[in-house]
Amino acid sequence: MAESLRFHYDVDGGNFTSAGQASVQVKNNLSQLGLDPAVIRRVSIAMYEGEINMVIHADGGSADIIVDDSCVTIILADKGPGIADVEQAMQDGFSTAPDNIRSLGFGAGMGLPNMKRYTDFMQIDSVVGEGTTITMKVNF
Amino acid sequence: MSDYIHSVLLDPTKCTGCTTCMKHCPTEAIRVRSGCAEIDSRRCIDCGECIRNCTNHAKKSSYDSLEELKRFKFNVALPAPSICAQFDNLDDIGYVIQGLLDIGFDDVFEVSKGAEFVSAYTRLYLQAQGIRKPVISTACPVVTRLILLRFPFLKDNLLPLLPPMEVAAIMAREKAEKEHPELKPEEIGVTFISPCPAKVSYIRNTFGSYKSEIDLAVSMSEVYLRLISVMKRDRAPAVSTAAGRIGLSWAICGGEASALLNDRIIAADGITNVISVLEQIENGNIPPIDFVELNACPGGCIGGVLAIENPYVAKNRLHTLRRYLPVSQAEIGKDGLIPDDCIVDEFPSYQPLNRLSDNLSESIRLMQKIQAIRKELPGIDCGSCGAPNCRAFAEDIVMANADKNDCIIAYKDFIKDYIGNYGGDKHDSK
Repeated sequence: MAESLRFHYDVDGGNFTSAGQASVQVKNNLSQLGLDPAVIRRVSIAMYEGEINMVIHADGGSADIIVDDSCVTIILADKGPGIADVEQAMQDGFSTAPDNIRSLGFGAGMGLPNMKRYTDFMQIDSVVGEGTTITMKVNF
Repeated sequence: MSDYIHSVLLDPTKCTGCTTCMKHCPTEAIRVRSGCAEIDSRRCIDCGECIRNCTNHAKKSSYDSLEELKRFKFNVALPAPSICAQFDNLDDIGYVIQGLLDIGFDDVFEVSKGAEFVSAYTRLYLQAQGIRKPVISTACPVVTRLILLRFPFLKDNLLPLLPPMEVAAIMAREKAEKEHPELKPEEIGVTFISPCPAKVSYIRNTFGSYKSEIDLAVSMSEVYLRLISVMKRDRAPAVSTAAGRIGLSWAICGGEASALLNDRIIAADGITNVISVLEQIENGNIPPIDFVELNACPGGCIGGVLAIENPYVAKNRLHTLRRYLPVSQAEIGKDGLIPDDCIVDEFPSYQPLNRLSDNLSESIRLMQKIQAIRKELPGIDCGSCGAPNCRAFAEDIVMANADKNDCIIAYKDFIKDYIGNYGGDKHDSK
Protein backbone atom coordinates (compact mmCIF):
# COMPACT_ATOMS: atom_id res chain seq x y z
CA MET A 1 0.00 0.00 0.00
CA ALA A 2 1.29 3.41 -0.91
CA GLU A 3 1.25 6.30 1.52
CA SER A 4 -2.07 6.92 3.22
CA LEU A 5 -4.50 9.61 2.16
CA ARG A 6 -5.01 12.67 4.32
CA PHE A 7 -7.71 15.34 4.36
CA HIS A 8 -7.16 18.44 6.44
CA TYR A 9 -9.85 20.89 7.52
CA ASP A 10 -9.68 24.04 9.59
CA VAL A 11 -12.77 24.24 11.76
CA ASP A 12 -13.77 27.87 12.13
CA GLY A 13 -14.78 28.67 15.69
CA GLY A 14 -16.40 32.02 15.01
CA ASN A 15 -18.99 30.70 12.61
CA PHE A 16 -21.57 28.52 14.29
CA THR A 17 -23.87 28.40 11.28
CA SER A 18 -21.26 26.64 9.15
CA ALA A 19 -20.38 24.11 11.88
CA GLY A 20 -20.69 20.57 10.60
CA GLN A 21 -19.59 21.33 7.05
CA ALA A 22 -16.26 19.54 7.31
CA SER A 23 -18.06 16.31 8.16
CA VAL A 24 -20.23 16.69 5.06
CA GLN A 25 -17.10 17.04 2.92
CA VAL A 26 -15.48 14.06 4.59
CA LYS A 27 -18.58 12.03 3.90
CA ASN A 28 -18.48 12.94 0.21
CA ASN A 29 -14.78 12.14 -0.04
CA LEU A 30 -15.15 8.77 1.66
CA SER A 31 -18.03 7.80 -0.58
CA GLN A 32 -15.85 8.62 -3.58
CA LEU A 33 -13.31 6.18 -2.20
CA GLY A 34 -16.05 3.56 -2.23
CA LEU A 35 -16.13 2.80 1.51
CA ASP A 36 -19.11 0.96 2.96
CA PRO A 37 -21.99 3.40 3.70
CA ALA A 38 -22.16 2.11 7.30
CA VAL A 39 -18.47 2.95 7.84
CA ILE A 40 -18.95 6.37 6.27
CA ARG A 41 -21.86 7.08 8.55
CA ARG A 42 -19.88 6.14 11.68
CA VAL A 43 -17.00 8.38 10.61
CA SER A 44 -19.28 11.27 9.76
CA ILE A 45 -21.21 11.10 13.03
CA ALA A 46 -18.03 10.91 15.14
CA MET A 47 -16.49 13.71 13.13
CA TYR A 48 -19.64 15.83 13.29
CA GLU A 49 -19.88 15.54 17.07
CA GLY A 50 -16.21 16.42 17.44
CA GLU A 51 -16.49 19.31 15.03
CA ILE A 52 -19.45 20.79 16.93
CA ASN A 53 -17.56 20.33 20.22
CA MET A 54 -14.61 22.29 18.92
CA VAL A 55 -16.89 25.10 17.77
CA ILE A 56 -18.80 25.24 21.07
CA HIS A 57 -15.95 24.84 23.53
CA ALA A 58 -12.66 25.64 21.86
CA ASP A 59 -13.27 28.41 19.32
CA GLY A 60 -12.52 25.96 16.52
CA GLY A 61 -9.55 23.79 15.74
CA SER A 62 -8.37 21.41 13.06
CA ALA A 63 -9.57 18.10 11.75
CA ASP A 64 -7.36 15.57 9.99
CA ILE A 65 -8.75 12.46 8.39
CA ILE A 66 -6.36 9.73 7.39
CA VAL A 67 -7.46 6.80 5.26
CA ASP A 68 -5.42 3.65 4.83
CA ASP A 69 -6.39 0.20 3.66
CA SER A 70 -8.04 -0.95 6.88
CA CYS A 71 -9.19 2.07 8.84
CA VAL A 72 -10.13 5.73 8.92
CA THR A 73 -8.36 7.79 11.58
CA ILE A 74 -9.84 11.08 12.74
CA ILE A 75 -7.64 13.51 14.64
CA LEU A 76 -9.35 16.57 16.10
CA ALA A 77 -7.05 19.09 17.71
CA ASP A 78 -7.90 22.36 19.42
CA LYS A 79 -6.28 24.96 21.64
CA GLY A 80 -9.35 25.31 23.85
CA PRO A 81 -9.78 25.19 27.63
CA GLY A 82 -9.12 21.45 27.88
CA ILE A 83 -11.25 18.88 29.69
CA ALA A 84 -10.79 18.91 33.48
CA ASP A 85 -12.28 15.49 34.18
CA VAL A 86 -12.31 13.24 31.13
CA GLU A 87 -14.16 10.42 32.91
CA GLN A 88 -16.99 12.74 33.88
CA ALA A 89 -17.09 14.26 30.40
CA MET A 90 -17.58 10.78 28.94
CA GLN A 91 -20.79 10.19 30.89
CA ASP A 92 -24.06 10.34 28.96
CA GLY A 93 -25.78 13.65 29.56
CA PHE A 94 -22.88 15.53 31.13
CA SER A 95 -22.50 18.89 29.45
CA THR A 96 -20.81 22.22 30.06
CA ALA A 97 -22.35 23.86 27.00
CA PRO A 98 -23.62 27.41 27.64
CA ASP A 99 -27.33 28.25 27.49
CA ASN A 100 -27.19 29.99 24.13
CA ILE A 101 -25.83 26.79 22.59
CA ARG A 102 -28.43 24.65 24.34
CA SER A 103 -31.17 26.84 22.96
CA LEU A 104 -30.05 25.72 19.48
CA GLY A 105 -30.64 22.11 20.40
CA PHE A 106 -27.03 21.24 21.23
CA GLY A 107 -25.48 20.56 24.63
CA ALA A 108 -27.33 17.33 25.38
CA GLY A 109 -24.14 15.84 26.78
CA MET A 110 -23.99 13.12 24.15
CA GLY A 111 -21.08 14.37 22.04
CA LEU A 112 -18.18 12.44 23.52
CA PRO A 113 -20.24 9.32 24.36
CA ASN A 114 -21.49 9.22 20.76
CA MET A 115 -17.97 9.62 19.42
CA LYS A 116 -16.91 6.61 21.47
CA ARG A 117 -20.00 4.64 20.52
CA TYR A 118 -19.50 5.09 16.79
CA THR A 119 -15.76 4.40 16.68
CA ASP A 120 -13.56 1.38 17.36
CA PHE A 121 -10.89 3.34 19.18
CA MET A 122 -10.90 6.70 20.90
CA GLN A 123 -8.21 8.47 22.85
CA ILE A 124 -8.51 11.86 24.53
CA ASP A 125 -5.34 13.83 25.26
CA SER A 126 -6.27 16.98 27.11
CA VAL A 127 -4.39 19.53 29.16
CA VAL A 128 -6.41 22.16 31.00
CA GLY A 129 -5.56 25.58 29.62
CA GLU A 130 -3.71 24.19 26.61
CA GLY A 131 -6.14 22.20 24.54
CA THR A 132 -7.48 18.83 23.56
CA THR A 133 -6.57 16.30 20.92
CA ILE A 134 -8.96 13.46 20.23
CA THR A 135 -7.89 10.52 18.09
CA MET A 136 -10.52 8.11 16.82
CA LYS A 137 -10.37 5.11 14.53
CA VAL A 138 -13.09 3.38 12.56
CA ASN A 139 -11.99 0.00 11.20
CA PHE A 140 -13.40 -1.60 8.08
CA MET B 1 -28.66 3.01 -13.68
CA SER B 2 -26.79 4.18 -16.76
CA ASP B 3 -29.65 2.74 -18.84
CA TYR B 4 -32.15 4.88 -16.92
CA ILE B 5 -34.62 6.61 -19.23
CA HIS B 6 -34.51 10.34 -18.46
CA SER B 7 -37.15 12.94 -19.12
CA VAL B 8 -34.91 15.98 -18.83
CA LEU B 9 -33.43 16.54 -22.26
CA LEU B 10 -31.16 19.02 -23.98
CA ASP B 11 -31.78 20.68 -27.31
CA PRO B 12 -28.21 21.23 -28.59
CA THR B 13 -29.40 23.68 -31.24
CA LYS B 14 -30.53 26.11 -28.55
CA CYS B 15 -27.67 25.59 -26.09
CA THR B 16 -25.12 28.41 -26.03
CA GLY B 17 -22.79 26.68 -23.59
CA CYS B 18 -23.40 29.45 -21.04
CA THR B 19 -22.82 27.18 -17.95
CA THR B 20 -25.95 28.39 -16.10
CA CYS B 21 -27.53 24.93 -15.93
CA MET B 22 -24.23 23.38 -14.88
CA LYS B 23 -23.99 25.79 -11.96
CA HIS B 24 -27.50 24.92 -10.78
CA CYS B 25 -27.31 21.16 -11.13
CA PRO B 26 -27.47 19.69 -7.60
CA THR B 27 -25.73 16.44 -8.54
CA GLU B 28 -23.00 17.97 -10.76
CA ALA B 29 -24.38 15.95 -13.65
CA ILE B 30 -23.75 18.62 -16.30
CA ARG B 31 -20.54 19.49 -18.11
CA VAL B 32 -20.09 21.99 -20.92
CA ARG B 33 -17.91 20.61 -23.68
CA SER B 34 -17.18 22.30 -27.01
CA GLY B 35 -19.71 25.02 -26.25
CA CYS B 36 -22.61 22.72 -25.47
CA ALA B 37 -23.99 21.23 -22.27
CA GLU B 38 -23.95 17.47 -21.72
CA ILE B 39 -25.96 15.60 -19.09
CA ASP B 40 -24.40 12.58 -17.37
CA SER B 41 -27.24 10.09 -17.34
CA ARG B 42 -25.88 8.23 -14.31
CA ARG B 43 -25.96 11.34 -12.13
CA CYS B 44 -29.11 13.07 -13.39
CA ILE B 45 -32.07 12.79 -11.00
CA ASP B 46 -34.56 14.54 -13.35
CA CYS B 47 -35.14 17.32 -10.83
CA GLY B 48 -35.66 19.91 -13.57
CA GLU B 49 -33.42 22.59 -12.02
CA CYS B 50 -31.68 23.01 -15.38
CA ILE B 51 -35.03 23.47 -17.14
CA ARG B 52 -36.00 26.04 -14.52
CA ASN B 53 -32.77 28.00 -14.94
CA CYS B 54 -31.95 27.76 -18.64
CA THR B 55 -32.41 31.19 -20.20
CA ASN B 56 -32.24 29.80 -23.74
CA HIS B 57 -34.95 27.15 -23.30
CA ALA B 58 -32.43 24.54 -24.37
CA LYS B 59 -33.43 22.22 -21.56
CA LYS B 60 -36.80 20.60 -21.87
CA SER B 61 -38.92 17.84 -20.49
CA SER B 62 -39.95 14.81 -22.45
CA TYR B 63 -43.52 13.51 -22.10
CA ASP B 64 -46.14 11.72 -24.15
CA SER B 65 -48.28 13.54 -26.69
CA LEU B 66 -52.03 13.70 -26.19
CA GLU B 67 -52.26 12.10 -29.65
CA GLU B 68 -51.17 8.84 -28.01
CA LEU B 69 -54.59 8.56 -26.39
CA LYS B 70 -55.78 7.15 -29.72
CA ARG B 71 -53.95 3.93 -28.91
CA PHE B 72 -56.62 3.05 -26.37
CA LYS B 73 -60.35 2.44 -26.58
CA PHE B 74 -61.03 3.74 -23.08
CA ASN B 75 -58.92 6.51 -21.55
CA VAL B 76 -58.74 7.35 -17.86
CA ALA B 77 -57.14 10.65 -16.83
CA LEU B 78 -55.13 10.77 -13.62
CA PRO B 79 -54.75 14.49 -12.87
CA ALA B 80 -52.10 15.39 -10.27
CA PRO B 81 -53.67 17.49 -7.47
CA SER B 82 -51.54 20.48 -8.52
CA ILE B 83 -53.62 20.91 -11.70
CA CYS B 84 -56.47 22.33 -9.62
CA ALA B 85 -54.25 25.28 -8.66
CA GLN B 86 -53.64 26.39 -12.25
CA PHE B 87 -56.98 28.12 -12.88
CA ASP B 88 -57.92 31.63 -11.88
CA ASN B 89 -61.06 32.02 -9.72
CA LEU B 90 -61.84 28.32 -9.74
CA ASP B 91 -64.23 27.44 -6.93
CA ASP B 92 -65.13 23.87 -7.81
CA ILE B 93 -62.78 21.05 -8.80
CA GLY B 94 -65.72 19.55 -10.70
CA TYR B 95 -65.03 22.02 -13.55
CA VAL B 96 -61.58 20.50 -14.05
CA ILE B 97 -62.95 16.95 -14.03
CA GLN B 98 -65.72 17.92 -16.48
CA GLY B 99 -63.12 19.65 -18.65
CA LEU B 100 -61.00 16.50 -18.81
CA LEU B 101 -64.05 14.52 -19.94
CA ASP B 102 -64.80 17.21 -22.52
CA ILE B 103 -61.33 17.05 -24.07
CA GLY B 104 -61.72 13.34 -24.70
CA PHE B 105 -61.06 11.30 -21.60
CA ASP B 106 -63.66 8.62 -20.82
CA ASP B 107 -63.16 8.76 -17.08
CA VAL B 108 -61.19 10.72 -14.48
CA PHE B 109 -59.58 9.28 -11.38
CA GLU B 110 -58.02 11.98 -9.25
CA VAL B 111 -54.51 11.32 -7.92
CA SER B 112 -55.61 13.25 -4.82
CA LYS B 113 -57.87 10.31 -4.05
CA GLY B 114 -54.94 7.89 -4.36
CA ALA B 115 -52.98 10.28 -2.13
CA GLU B 116 -55.60 10.02 0.62
CA PHE B 117 -55.15 6.25 0.63
CA VAL B 118 -51.37 6.67 0.80
CA SER B 119 -51.86 9.01 3.76
CA ALA B 120 -54.05 6.45 5.51
CA TYR B 121 -51.55 3.65 4.81
CA THR B 122 -48.67 5.82 6.00
CA ARG B 123 -50.45 6.41 9.31
CA LEU B 124 -50.75 2.63 9.65
CA TYR B 125 -47.13 2.07 8.68
CA LEU B 126 -45.87 4.55 11.28
CA GLN B 127 -47.50 2.45 14.00
CA ALA B 128 -45.52 -0.64 13.00
CA GLN B 129 -42.77 -1.88 15.28
CA GLY B 130 -39.14 -2.04 14.24
CA ILE B 131 -39.24 0.51 11.41
CA ARG B 132 -36.37 2.93 11.00
CA LYS B 133 -37.31 6.52 11.77
CA PRO B 134 -37.57 9.12 10.56
CA VAL B 135 -39.53 7.53 7.74
CA ILE B 136 -38.82 9.44 4.54
CA SER B 137 -41.53 10.04 1.94
CA THR B 138 -41.13 8.36 -1.45
CA ALA B 139 -43.75 10.41 -3.27
CA CYS B 140 -41.22 12.66 -5.01
CA PRO B 141 -39.21 10.45 -7.39
CA VAL B 142 -36.35 12.97 -7.44
CA VAL B 143 -35.85 12.53 -3.71
CA THR B 144 -36.05 8.75 -3.88
CA ARG B 145 -33.47 8.61 -6.66
CA LEU B 146 -31.25 11.12 -4.86
CA ILE B 147 -31.30 9.00 -1.70
CA LEU B 148 -30.54 5.81 -3.59
CA LEU B 149 -27.62 7.48 -5.36
CA ARG B 150 -26.17 9.70 -2.67
CA PHE B 151 -27.54 8.73 0.74
CA PRO B 152 -27.40 4.93 0.67
CA PHE B 153 -27.50 4.69 4.43
CA LEU B 154 -30.99 6.22 4.44
CA LYS B 155 -32.41 3.58 2.09
CA ASP B 156 -34.00 1.75 5.03
CA ASN B 157 -35.78 4.95 6.07
CA LEU B 158 -37.71 5.14 2.80
CA LEU B 159 -41.48 4.73 3.05
CA PRO B 160 -42.12 1.40 1.29
CA LEU B 161 -45.38 2.51 -0.31
CA LEU B 162 -46.19 3.27 -3.93
CA PRO B 163 -46.61 6.98 -4.68
CA PRO B 164 -50.18 8.36 -5.00
CA MET B 165 -50.17 8.31 -8.80
CA GLU B 166 -49.49 4.56 -8.84
CA VAL B 167 -52.07 3.80 -6.15
CA ALA B 168 -54.54 5.89 -8.15
CA ALA B 169 -53.59 4.03 -11.35
CA ILE B 170 -54.21 0.63 -9.74
CA MET B 171 -57.61 1.78 -8.45
CA ALA B 172 -58.51 3.49 -11.73
CA ARG B 173 -57.74 0.36 -13.71
CA GLU B 174 -59.77 -1.83 -11.35
CA LYS B 175 -62.69 0.57 -11.61
CA ALA B 176 -62.56 0.66 -15.41
CA GLU B 177 -62.33 -3.13 -15.70
CA LYS B 178 -65.27 -3.56 -13.35
CA GLU B 179 -67.49 -0.95 -15.00
CA HIS B 180 -66.60 -1.99 -18.53
CA PRO B 181 -66.26 -5.77 -18.61
CA GLU B 182 -66.50 -5.60 -22.42
CA LEU B 183 -63.01 -4.03 -22.58
CA LYS B 184 -59.79 -6.00 -22.74
CA PRO B 185 -57.19 -4.80 -20.20
CA GLU B 186 -54.90 -3.53 -22.98
CA GLU B 187 -57.72 -1.40 -24.37
CA ILE B 188 -57.78 0.68 -21.18
CA GLY B 189 -55.25 3.52 -21.17
CA VAL B 190 -54.30 5.23 -17.90
CA THR B 191 -52.79 8.68 -18.44
CA PHE B 192 -51.08 10.70 -15.74
CA ILE B 193 -51.13 14.50 -16.08
CA SER B 194 -47.73 15.38 -14.70
CA PRO B 195 -46.42 18.59 -13.12
CA CYS B 196 -42.77 17.51 -13.58
CA PRO B 197 -40.34 15.44 -15.69
CA ALA B 198 -39.33 13.27 -12.71
CA LYS B 199 -42.72 11.62 -12.52
CA VAL B 200 -42.58 11.01 -16.27
CA SER B 201 -39.24 9.23 -15.73
CA TYR B 202 -40.64 7.19 -12.86
CA ILE B 203 -43.42 5.94 -15.14
CA ARG B 204 -41.04 5.06 -17.97
CA ASN B 205 -38.52 3.12 -15.87
CA THR B 206 -38.98 0.03 -13.79
CA PHE B 207 -38.53 0.83 -10.14
CA GLY B 208 -36.80 -2.10 -8.49
CA SER B 209 -39.10 -4.93 -9.48
CA TYR B 210 -42.09 -2.62 -9.94
CA LYS B 211 -43.37 -1.66 -13.38
CA SER B 212 -45.64 1.39 -13.49
CA GLU B 213 -49.39 0.83 -13.97
CA ILE B 214 -49.54 4.09 -15.93
CA ASP B 215 -49.51 3.93 -19.73
CA LEU B 216 -48.93 7.56 -20.66
CA ALA B 217 -47.51 10.60 -18.93
CA VAL B 218 -48.60 13.91 -20.44
CA SER B 219 -47.62 17.47 -19.60
CA MET B 220 -49.76 19.55 -17.28
CA SER B 221 -49.07 22.67 -19.40
CA GLU B 222 -50.36 20.99 -22.57
CA VAL B 223 -53.48 19.70 -20.85
CA TYR B 224 -53.99 23.14 -19.30
CA LEU B 225 -54.10 24.80 -22.71
CA ARG B 226 -56.68 22.29 -23.91
CA LEU B 227 -58.72 22.68 -20.73
CA ILE B 228 -59.03 26.47 -20.69
CA SER B 229 -60.70 26.38 -24.10
CA VAL B 230 -63.40 23.95 -22.91
CA MET B 231 -63.91 25.05 -19.31
CA LYS B 232 -66.74 27.51 -19.82
CA ARG B 233 -67.94 27.42 -16.22
CA ASP B 234 -71.33 28.81 -17.29
CA ARG B 235 -73.24 26.27 -15.24
CA ALA B 236 -72.44 24.15 -12.21
CA PRO B 237 -70.45 21.02 -13.07
CA ALA B 238 -72.28 17.69 -13.11
CA VAL B 239 -69.36 15.91 -11.47
CA SER B 240 -67.54 16.61 -8.24
CA THR B 241 -64.24 15.77 -6.61
CA ALA B 242 -63.80 12.36 -5.01
CA ALA B 243 -61.08 13.63 -2.67
CA GLY B 244 -60.90 15.91 0.34
CA ARG B 245 -58.57 18.46 1.92
CA ILE B 246 -55.89 15.88 2.56
CA GLY B 247 -55.67 14.73 -1.05
CA LEU B 248 -55.68 18.22 -2.52
CA SER B 249 -53.05 19.41 -0.03
CA TRP B 250 -50.54 16.88 -1.34
CA ALA B 251 -49.86 19.43 -4.10
CA ILE B 252 -48.26 21.76 -1.55
CA CYS B 253 -45.17 21.25 0.58
CA GLY B 254 -46.39 20.10 4.00
CA GLY B 255 -49.59 18.53 2.71
CA GLU B 256 -48.38 14.95 2.86
CA ALA B 257 -46.79 15.38 6.29
CA SER B 258 -49.70 17.19 7.91
CA ALA B 259 -52.06 14.42 6.73
CA LEU B 260 -50.37 12.14 9.25
CA LEU B 261 -52.05 14.06 12.09
CA ASN B 262 -48.80 13.85 13.99
CA ASP B 263 -46.60 16.67 15.29
CA ARG B 264 -43.35 14.81 14.83
CA ILE B 265 -42.93 15.75 11.18
CA ILE B 266 -40.70 17.81 8.93
CA ALA B 267 -41.56 19.04 5.44
CA ALA B 268 -38.96 20.63 3.17
CA ASP B 269 -39.07 21.88 -0.40
CA GLY B 270 -36.49 22.95 -2.96
CA ILE B 271 -33.68 20.59 -3.92
CA THR B 272 -30.90 22.33 -1.96
CA ASN B 273 -33.04 22.34 1.19
CA VAL B 274 -33.85 18.68 0.61
CA ILE B 275 -30.14 17.83 0.40
CA SER B 276 -29.32 19.71 3.60
CA VAL B 277 -32.12 17.94 5.50
CA LEU B 278 -30.84 14.57 4.24
CA GLU B 279 -27.27 15.45 5.28
CA GLN B 280 -28.55 16.30 8.74
CA ILE B 281 -30.54 13.08 9.08
CA GLU B 282 -27.53 11.08 7.96
CA ASN B 283 -25.39 12.80 10.59
CA GLY B 284 -27.90 11.84 13.27
CA ASN B 285 -28.27 15.50 14.12
CA ILE B 286 -32.04 15.71 13.93
CA PRO B 287 -34.60 15.81 16.73
CA PRO B 288 -36.66 12.64 17.25
CA ILE B 289 -39.24 12.79 14.48
CA ASP B 290 -41.43 10.20 12.80
CA PHE B 291 -41.77 11.43 9.25
CA VAL B 292 -39.98 13.59 6.72
CA GLU B 293 -41.67 14.91 3.61
CA LEU B 294 -39.28 16.12 0.95
CA ASN B 295 -40.20 17.88 -2.29
CA ALA B 296 -37.58 18.67 -4.91
CA CYS B 297 -39.56 21.59 -6.32
CA PRO B 298 -40.06 24.92 -4.55
CA GLY B 299 -43.44 24.95 -2.84
CA GLY B 300 -44.03 21.24 -3.54
CA CYS B 301 -45.56 19.75 -6.70
CA ILE B 302 -47.19 23.09 -7.56
CA GLY B 303 -43.61 24.25 -8.24
CA GLY B 304 -43.01 21.58 -10.91
CA VAL B 305 -41.58 22.81 -14.20
CA LEU B 306 -44.61 21.56 -16.16
CA ALA B 307 -47.02 23.57 -14.00
CA ILE B 308 -48.01 26.98 -15.27
CA GLU B 309 -48.80 29.21 -12.34
CA ASN B 310 -46.29 30.70 -9.91
CA PRO B 311 -46.23 28.24 -6.96
CA TYR B 312 -47.13 30.90 -4.40
CA VAL B 313 -50.21 32.00 -6.30
CA ALA B 314 -51.05 28.33 -6.82
CA LYS B 315 -50.78 27.69 -3.09
CA ASN B 316 -53.20 30.49 -2.35
CA ARG B 317 -55.71 29.03 -4.82
CA LEU B 318 -55.50 25.60 -3.23
CA HIS B 319 -56.25 27.10 0.17
CA THR B 320 -59.41 28.62 -1.29
CA LEU B 321 -60.41 25.45 -3.13
CA ARG B 322 -60.07 23.14 -0.18
CA ARG B 323 -62.04 25.34 2.21
CA TYR B 324 -65.36 23.51 1.99
CA LEU B 325 -64.02 20.04 1.28
CA PRO B 326 -64.30 17.16 3.75
CA VAL B 327 -61.03 16.22 5.44
CA SER B 328 -60.69 13.02 3.45
CA GLN B 329 -62.89 10.80 1.31
CA ALA B 330 -60.72 7.69 1.46
CA GLU B 331 -62.10 4.78 3.42
CA ILE B 332 -59.66 2.01 4.04
CA GLY B 333 -60.56 -1.58 4.87
CA LYS B 334 -61.66 -2.39 8.41
CA ASP B 335 -58.80 -4.87 8.82
CA GLY B 336 -56.38 -1.97 9.16
CA LEU B 337 -53.93 -3.58 6.75
CA ILE B 338 -52.04 -2.01 3.90
CA PRO B 339 -52.93 -3.83 0.64
CA ASP B 340 -50.01 -5.86 -0.69
CA ASP B 341 -50.20 -4.27 -4.11
CA CYS B 342 -49.42 -0.83 -2.61
CA ILE B 343 -46.27 -1.99 -0.85
CA VAL B 344 -42.84 -1.58 -2.45
CA ASP B 345 -40.99 -4.88 -1.97
CA GLU B 346 -37.57 -3.66 -2.95
CA PHE B 347 -36.00 -0.36 -3.84
CA PRO B 348 -33.50 -0.26 -6.68
CA SER B 349 -30.09 -1.19 -5.30
CA TYR B 350 -27.50 1.38 -4.35
CA GLN B 351 -25.45 2.61 -7.27
CA PRO B 352 -22.17 4.09 -6.04
CA LEU B 353 -22.56 7.23 -8.08
CA ASN B 354 -19.27 8.97 -7.48
CA ARG B 355 -16.93 6.09 -6.65
CA LEU B 356 -13.50 6.64 -8.18
CA SER B 357 -12.73 2.94 -8.63
CA ASP B 358 -13.75 -0.44 -7.26
CA ASN B 359 -10.41 -0.94 -5.56
CA LEU B 360 -9.65 1.03 -2.39
CA SER B 361 -5.90 1.40 -2.96
CA GLU B 362 -6.57 2.66 -6.46
CA SER B 363 -9.24 5.06 -5.18
CA ILE B 364 -6.82 6.42 -2.60
CA ARG B 365 -4.17 6.91 -5.29
CA LEU B 366 -6.67 8.75 -7.51
CA MET B 367 -7.86 10.91 -4.62
CA GLN B 368 -4.25 11.89 -3.89
CA LYS B 369 -3.86 12.95 -7.52
CA ILE B 370 -7.08 14.97 -7.28
CA GLN B 371 -5.79 16.70 -4.16
CA ALA B 372 -2.50 17.54 -5.89
CA ILE B 373 -4.25 18.98 -8.96
CA ARG B 374 -6.68 21.00 -6.85
CA LYS B 375 -3.74 22.80 -5.28
CA GLU B 376 -2.67 23.98 -8.72
CA LEU B 377 -6.14 25.23 -9.69
CA PRO B 378 -7.26 28.80 -8.91
CA GLY B 379 -10.19 27.69 -6.70
CA ILE B 380 -12.54 30.38 -7.99
CA ASP B 381 -15.10 27.87 -9.32
CA CYS B 382 -15.75 30.01 -12.39
CA GLY B 383 -17.01 27.13 -14.54
CA SER B 384 -15.18 28.29 -17.69
CA CYS B 385 -13.46 24.91 -17.97
CA GLY B 386 -16.86 23.27 -18.39
CA ALA B 387 -17.00 21.72 -14.91
CA PRO B 388 -19.12 23.24 -12.14
CA ASN B 389 -16.22 23.91 -9.77
CA CYS B 390 -12.47 23.38 -9.39
CA ARG B 391 -12.92 20.18 -7.37
CA ALA B 392 -15.15 18.60 -10.01
CA PHE B 393 -12.67 19.73 -12.66
CA ALA B 394 -9.76 18.11 -10.80
CA GLU B 395 -11.79 14.88 -10.65
CA ASP B 396 -12.54 15.10 -14.35
CA ILE B 397 -8.83 15.53 -15.13
CA VAL B 398 -7.87 12.50 -13.04
CA MET B 399 -10.66 10.42 -14.51
CA ALA B 400 -9.36 11.47 -17.98
CA ASN B 401 -12.50 13.41 -18.83
CA ALA B 402 -10.83 16.82 -19.03
CA ASP B 403 -7.53 18.45 -19.81
CA LYS B 404 -5.83 20.78 -17.37
CA ASN B 405 -5.42 23.39 -20.10
CA ASP B 406 -9.22 23.71 -20.17
CA CYS B 407 -8.69 25.93 -17.12
CA ILE B 408 -8.25 29.40 -18.60
CA ILE B 409 -6.42 30.68 -15.51
CA ALA B 410 -3.95 27.79 -15.47
CA TYR B 411 -3.56 28.14 -19.23
CA LYS B 412 -2.84 31.85 -18.90
CA ASP B 413 -0.06 31.07 -16.43
CA PHE B 414 1.26 28.46 -18.82
CA ILE B 415 1.37 31.03 -21.63
CA LYS B 416 3.08 33.56 -19.37
CA ASP B 417 5.74 31.01 -18.47
CA TYR B 418 6.15 30.10 -22.10
CA ILE B 419 6.64 33.70 -23.16
CA GLY B 420 8.99 34.24 -20.23
CA ASN B 421 11.11 31.27 -21.21
CA TYR B 422 11.11 31.71 -24.95
CA GLY B 423 11.89 35.31 -25.74
CA GLY B 424 8.93 37.15 -24.32
CA ASP B 425 9.25 40.91 -24.15
CA LYS B 426 10.74 42.22 -20.96
CA HIS B 427 8.08 44.93 -20.64
CA ASP B 428 5.39 42.23 -20.39
CA SER B 429 6.77 40.79 -17.15
CA LYS B 430 8.09 44.15 -15.83
